[in-house]
Parts: sequence; C-alpha cells; structure tokens
Amino acid sequence: MKGRIDWSAHVVLCLGAVLFLLPLWLAFVGSTLDSSAIDRGELSLVPRLSGLSVYATVLREGAPGAGPVGHMLLVSFGMAMTVAIGKIVISVLSAYAVAFFRFPLRITVFWIIFITLMLPVQVRIVPTFDVMASLDLINTFPGLTVPLIASATATLLFRQTFLAIPDELFEAARMDGAGPLRFLRDILLPVSAANIAALFVIQFVYGWNQYLWPLLVATDPHLDTIVIGIVKMIGNETQTEWNRVMATAVLALLPPVGVVMLMQRWFVKGLTEGDK
Amino acid sequence: MDRRTIFRGWLLPVILVLPQLAVTLVFFWWPAGQAIWSSAIRADPFGINTEFVGLENFRDLFADPLYMDSIVRTVFFCTAVAALSIGVAMLLAVAADREIRFRSAYRVLLIWPYAIAPTVAAVLWILLLHPQIGVVGRWFNRIGFNWDYKLNGYQAMTVIVLASAWNQISYNFIFLLAGLQSISRSVVEAARMDGAKGFFRFRTVTLPLLMPTVFFLLVANLTYAAFDTFATIWALTGGGPGKATEIMVIKVYRDGIMNQDIGSSSAQSVVLMAGVIFLTALQFRFLGRKSGAT
Repeated sequence: MKGRIDWSAHVVLCLGAVLFLLPLWLAFVGSTLDSSAIDRGELSLVPRLSGLSVYATVLREGAPGAGPVGHMLLVSFGMAMTVAIGKIVISVLSAYAVAFFRFPLRITVFWIIFITLMLPVQVRIVPTFDVMASLDLINTFPGLTVPLIASATATLLFRQTFLAIPDELFEAARMDGAGPLRFLRDILLPVSAANIAALFVIQFVYGWNQYLWPLLVATDPHLDTIVIGIVKMIGNETQTEWNRVMATAVLALLPPVGVVMLMQRWFVKGLTEGDK
Repeated sequence: MDRRTIFRGWLLPVILVLPQLAVTLVFFWWPAGQAIWSSAIRADPFGINTEFVGLENFRDLFADPLYMDSIVRTVFFCTAVAALSIGVAMLLAVAADREIRFRSAYRVLLIWPYAIAPTVAAVLWILLLHPQIGVVGRWFNRIGFNWDYKLNGYQAMTVIVLASAWNQISYNFIFLLAGLQSISRSVVEAARMDGAKGFFRFRTVTLPLLMPTVFFLLVANLTYAAFDTFATIWALTGGGPGKATEIMVIKVYRDGIMNQDIGSSSAQSVVLMAGVIFLTALQFRFLGRKSGAT
C-alpha cells in the first residue's frame, strides 16, 4: 500500500512541476523560432539553436514598441536593489529606534508606520500621482524607487527580532562600553543576518516585479523596466514579434528566479515566519 | 511587549526613525489624505472650479450600476482565484510532505515560480491560450470550440482567473508545506494506527490542524486577487472585452488615469482603502492565531 501512495505523490508533484516548467520551456523554444512561424502557430517543443541569436538582438535593439532590453535589465536591477537594500536599511534603523529607545511620540510613530500596511499603491493611484507630480519626481529614478522603500512589514519583522534579543546580551555589550551604534553594528546586525537575507530575497522580487508603480511615474522610455517593456511589446497586436517577446520574458525571469533559488533556505524560513 | 533594557537619549532614535517616517508621511499619508479630500470634491469638466459636495461622489458611485457590476465581478474573481490557487497548492503540498524520493528537488521545482512577475505570467499564458499563437488556444479552435478571449467576455474572465491563480500557487505551497511540516508526526501516526485512511485521515486529522494556515492564506489570497493582479489583467485583457474583466482596481485606473474623473476615482480609492483595512485586520487576527497554534 505504501508503494501505491508514493506513486500518486510522484504523479501529483510531476504534474505540478510541469505546470510551471512547460510554459517556461515553450517560451524558451518560442524565442528561438521565426516570428512568422509563431504567428502561424507552428510552436514546437524543440528549440532551434541557430535562433539563440535573438537574445543578443533583444539585448541590443529590443523589439517594436520598446527599447533595448539590456538597458531595461539595468533599470530593473537598479530598481530591485535600491528597493530591497533601502527597505532593509530604513526598516532596521526604525525598528532599532522603536525597540531599544524611549522617545517622545514613540507609540504614535509606530502606528503611523504600521498603518501604511493598509495603503498599497493600488488603492491610492491618482492622489499618489499628484503628490509625485508636485514633488517633481515624475520620470526620475528616485521617484521610481524611494516611495517603495517604506515598509511596515519589514519594520515589524525586525522589531520582533530585536525584542527577542536576550537582556544579558544587551547588558554585556553595555558593560563592554559599546555605544548604541556599535551595539547595532557588532551585535544586532550579525544576529539578524538570516532575517536580512530572507527579506532581501522577498523585496528584490517585489522590486523587480513592480508594474503599476513604474507605469504611473515613469513614462520616459529611458526608465522602462523589463516588466514594463514586455507589456509595451505585446501592446501592439498587429506587429508583435513574438520570438523577441518570449526572449524578453525569459530574460525577465532569470534574475529574480536566480535570487530565489540561491537563497531558498533563508527565503522560505523568512517568508513563513515573518509573513510577507 | 516592550524591552526592559534600553538605551538613554531621544535625539539618536528620532534621527534613526526619521527616514522611514518621512517616506511614510510623504508617500502614504499625504496621498491617502488627498484621496479622502478629493472624494468630497467635484470639479467642472475643465478642472477650473471645484466645489465641496460631501458624500455625493459616494452616493453617485453606489448608485452607478457599472460600479456595482465591478464589485460583483471583483468578488467572483477573488473567490475563484483564491479557491483554485489554494486547492491546487494544497494537493501539491500534501504530496510534497510525504517521505518520498527526490523530495527536495520537487520542492525547488515548486518554489521557484514565486519569482515570476505578474506580467511575465501574463505573457506565458498568452503563449498557451492566445487564439492564434497559443498552443492550447489554437487547438481549441481546431476542434471547433470557438475560442477568442479578446472577444468573448466569459473566456476572458477564465483566462485572468487561471493566470492569476497560477501565479499565486507557489506562495500558497510554501505556506501550506510549512504548516504541514509543523504538524506533529505522532498525531498523524496515531490516526493511522486507529485505522483512519487516506482522504478521511486528511479531512479529520490533518486539515483541522492546518486550518489556521488555510484561513491566513484565504485572506492573503483575497487581498492578492483584489489588488496585486492589476498587472496580469492589464497585460492580458486590459479590462476588456468591454468591461468583462474590469475588476475594481482596473476601474480606478481607467476612470482616474485614463478618463481623468478625479472625484469618482478618489471615492473608489477610499472604498478600496476600506477594503484593504478590513482584509488586513482579518489577516492579523489569523496571523495571531496561527502563531498561537505553533
């Protein structure tokens, strides 16, 4: 009976794996075919090796409707890194302040940050655009990134970690004459390394995958992220070059998937323990 | 809840908290306040004169059958996405929780899709379902099933539900597997000894112990479907054909950014904010219960 159960688990898991790998494989194969062949629906399951040059082509030239994908990858990478690192830095600092100090309006500040959980960009599209416009941040890299680095979840996560630091550790550090900033650097940061790694993965993927925000604040093609570019490419149905679209889709996937795979252990632990 | 041991002084902590506070106030509180303010304002078509109209924008909004349609559509869409995504993820997580060979390989194969961007998910689904170039879409048309989600509203809704649910399976899988692994083996073993088999054992022993995670995911998935699917839908159908896939976030974008109807769009934003606040509050309830259970 045990053998039979294992069998069914393997079937379910294989189907699950195929559910995600097959579309990806189709995209990869499609990227190596002729655009006209795809238009006729002649999508096969075997890549055409000579078609791999399409990757060089999209990186340098892009596709109808959008600029070079190489530049888009740079913008995406810059955006994802700025958002991930920026979030971690300002969240560590504010969580540290809230957990280890008493200052006027501490609870109020905590709530002001906490409530932002409830204000995702999707629910305040128009007014956020107005604010960005009055600050002259439309079509700028800071405009693209800085508003995304505020994070209630990261602050909550670090606060929780910091509250769990044993009092003895704190006392010992203070006995050794460590000031607040040295304590943060030499004790707290090393102790929270696993949390920081997990949060980095989650926020990198979050930053990389943003669509609505760049769509709102960056209409300048120079600031197109790859996620924006790919939608521009499929926007014009009549002259879409599907092989280029698929090559771009594959390129858009690789960096975030790579980060998740490389840091899988921390990522899974951090996600399930600290929520988002 | 608070630490007993702390540092003295208030200048340093204020400086430390300032960046977060500044970003939060400027980019979250200011626009939120703006949304509430402009939801009570009405401008003439040229945007020159504005007048304060109180709750009139909301009254118009809820009297508008198109808005009610989009609410119903959103509820249907969210329910379908959450049910489908959690259901499939549950099947996969239960299988991956078994002591089988290649276990860690399977996990990697089911965890990487977490990183797929919504727009990339949309492109991959176009490859499958597009009536001309899609593998499955073409096959549908060849066997005589009239398939074109750019023209048929029901088909368009099916496509966005499939693509959105697919994109969330990995997230659900990670949480369900972690939940399953935290269930003590001895409880399940004891049930097995008592002769509880297969699905019956799952339903009577495993599922009740997993319920906190499921409730948490239910709320998380409703939130995801209501707000984070904008990119998927925008890339796949743009809300069309007609208004067939125009869920509430798409309508805000169409009305506010494309049609410049600020009053109505702000009122819609306020309604959505109320929705997020409700869902977030629910989520924290379940999160508290979830951590209490482990």
